[in-house]
Amino acid sequence: MRIVVCIKQVPDTTNVRINPKTNTLMREGVESIVNPFDEYALEEALRLKDQAGAHVMVVSMGPPQAMAVLREALARGADDAFLVSSRAFGGADTLATSYTLAMAIKKACGGETPDLVLFGKQAIDGDTAQVGPGVSEFLGVPLVTYVKSISLGESGGTGGGSGAPAPLPKDFVVTTIMDDGEHVIEGKFPAVMTVLKEASVPRFAPLAGAMRAAKSEITVLDEKSIAADPIRIGLKGSPTKVVTIFPPPVKGGGEKVDARGDAAAGAKAIAKFLAEKGLVK
Amino acid sequence: MADAPIFIDPAKCKGCTKCVKGCGFGALKMVDAPGANKAGKLAEVDPAACKACFACVPACPFKAISEVKQEIYGTADLDSYKNIWVFAEQTGGVIAEVAFELLAKALELKAQRGGDAQVAAILLGHGLKPELEQSLIAAGADVVYKVDDPALADYEANVYVDAVAQLVEMHKPEVILAGATAVGRAFFARVAVKVRTGLTADCTMLKVEETKNKDTGAMQMLLHQTRPAFGGNIMATIMTPNHRPQMATVRPKVFKKAPPDPARKGKVLLEALKLIAPQTKLVKTMRDPDAIDIAAHDILVSGGRGLKSADNFKLLFRLAELLGGEVSCSRACVDAGWAPVARQVGQTGKTVAPKLYLCFGISGAIQHLEGIRGADTIIAVNSDPNAPIFGVADLGIVGDLFEILPALVKELEHGGRGG
Repeated sequence: MRIVVCIKQVPDTTNVRINPKTNTLMREGVESIVNPFDEYALEEALRLKDQAGAHVMVVSMGPPQAMAVLREALARGADDAFLVSSRAFGGADTLATSYTLAMAIKKACGGETPDLVLFGKQAIDGDTAQVGPGVSEFLGVPLVTYVKSISLGESGGTGGGSGAPAPLPKDFVVTTIMDDGEHVIEGKFPAVMTVLKEASVPRFAPLAGAMRAAKSEITVLDEKSIAADPIRIGLKGSPTKVVTIFPPPVKGGGEKVDARGDAAAGAKAIAKFLAEKGLVK
Repeated sequence: MADAPIFIDPAKCKGCTKCVKGCGFGALKMVDAPGANKAGKLAEVDPAACKACFACVPACPFKAISEVKQEIYGTADLDSYKNIWVFAEQTGGVIAEVAFELLAKALELKAQRGGDAQVAAILLGHGLKPELEQSLIAAGADVVYKVDDPALADYEANVYVDAVAQLVEMHKPEVILAGATAVGRAFFARVAVKVRTGLTADCTMLKVEETKNKDTGAMQMLLHQTRPAFGGNIMATIMTPNHRPQMATVRPKVFKKAPPDPARKGKVLLEALKLIAPQTKLVKTMRDPDAIDIAAHDILVSGGRGLKSADNFKLLFRLAELLGGEVSCSRACVDAGWAPVARQVGQTGKTVAPKLYLCFGISGAIQHLEGIRGADTIIAVNSDPNAPIFGVADLGIVGDLFEILPALVKELEHGGRGG
């Protein structure tokens, strides 16, 4: 079985703060990290590899610094890594990114479609959750989102191999979390899935893995090597245009009570306010 | 291979070589072309070397070289797209509330758009009852496109994509909105890619305004899609000038629904589509009877990092009970394992719009503030007088929550009696 995991290097947005005086982002000291959701996707791939044997490939689109997240994935147990990187990809929105990644995945798999492509639920910098579904469309394979766990079905995940087809084709059984509860879903490979953080806890890289990763070759793919249509990549290939950016609207605060040293006054102020608003039963 | 940025007309080229000398990048050369002209040579451009500087255009005395208008990547025939659509998500015969919120917004967009634009709702399912379409018409739909098919009995991303993409191709809407629910987010993103257009997730403001297209210079009615970006630290307004439809998702509770008008009239069009077979099979759905939907409550008592432990949430539950509300929390509490993600308010949790949001020990990171923007009244208790939460609170209490919270519980338990 061949599994591709798409991972993204993102700024640690939880540590980004706004300078209250200038209303600008304070980027100093903001680290680049692996998108946390992608770690769960990688862990699911490595678990399947442990269970049934699989060739796990990691693909990341980004600047050369994104090599770091690929090395980390190799250290944890991924077999091959591909960096999709070129200035021509700059400014890509989710459509152009989906196209580029789909072309890169095909290239990395020698023109074939892998059995399984995994994404994290969403990336914490853009929070769109659109690229996984987008890649599924460009690859033309079924999509399953918000996956909590994956187990292999009866046919063991040989997916689309030659020979007689299994009578009841069921390559995988997954549990997803939707708004109305958990769904148990069966299907056949190939598939694209997006993985939740309710999946297994990501493993640490063993020391031997880190040493192996440091020596591993990472293949760099640019627009020529993936044979991308130049009009469909980067800023030019992006239908959505960011027209303006502005600081979030600031609402002025209301009444403020200093109840330090006098908790009763604070409690009374709240009770009075609630009573006035008719919010107490 | 990309086309060259210039076109050399062989009927006009005299083989004079002036363009070759005029090119600073060595992109032009003469090739033998017996009989083409007196010189028997024609100019030829190497597209890989051409930098599109167009110095050769005036260099040619015979006007044989012209600029090739760069094709703009986009939808052909933009003007044939009209109408504003709302995806009316339906599960088990119940339409998601967000669909009604979006229909109210769609009516505003229709007024801004002007012309003969209509509001339409897309309703997918099997065995759909007429009440559903009537409720959509009462909420603002002029047209309901209804697809009733056994393949749509349960949500299956791939069949949903097929159905909506077919409707888009048939009827060409200018704008489509969907709720950013688990269902809406997943399949809608694939629809956008299938019809090759843009999609903006989690918009918090939408309006239609006449806007100049920077690529073509034309004035167009465009959907201004505003959303928090970069973890909510900045707002971005995004447009889709050259592709149709313009697609956006909006989280539940961001817009307010309008009261239904049962007198409204609308058309229901039953669409018989030839759909693909479901690609995956839903074996079972496990509903959690204790599932909490914090967005459904009018009063939320919320705790943050300042609560210091899971155990201290007991105080919040007591207060919530007294007020008839539910307990929610900030991301810090979920990350620390003090509360389940279902209770989380904020950009990675739920957007809420309660009548009262009473929070303790929440400093008010921008991601959290985005999640409570729709709250009518906010009361905040925090020990840090400079906490950003005070910037949005209608009443701010600076002090120790571990003293104020029990005092407030006592105050409310006595219900003012003797207090």
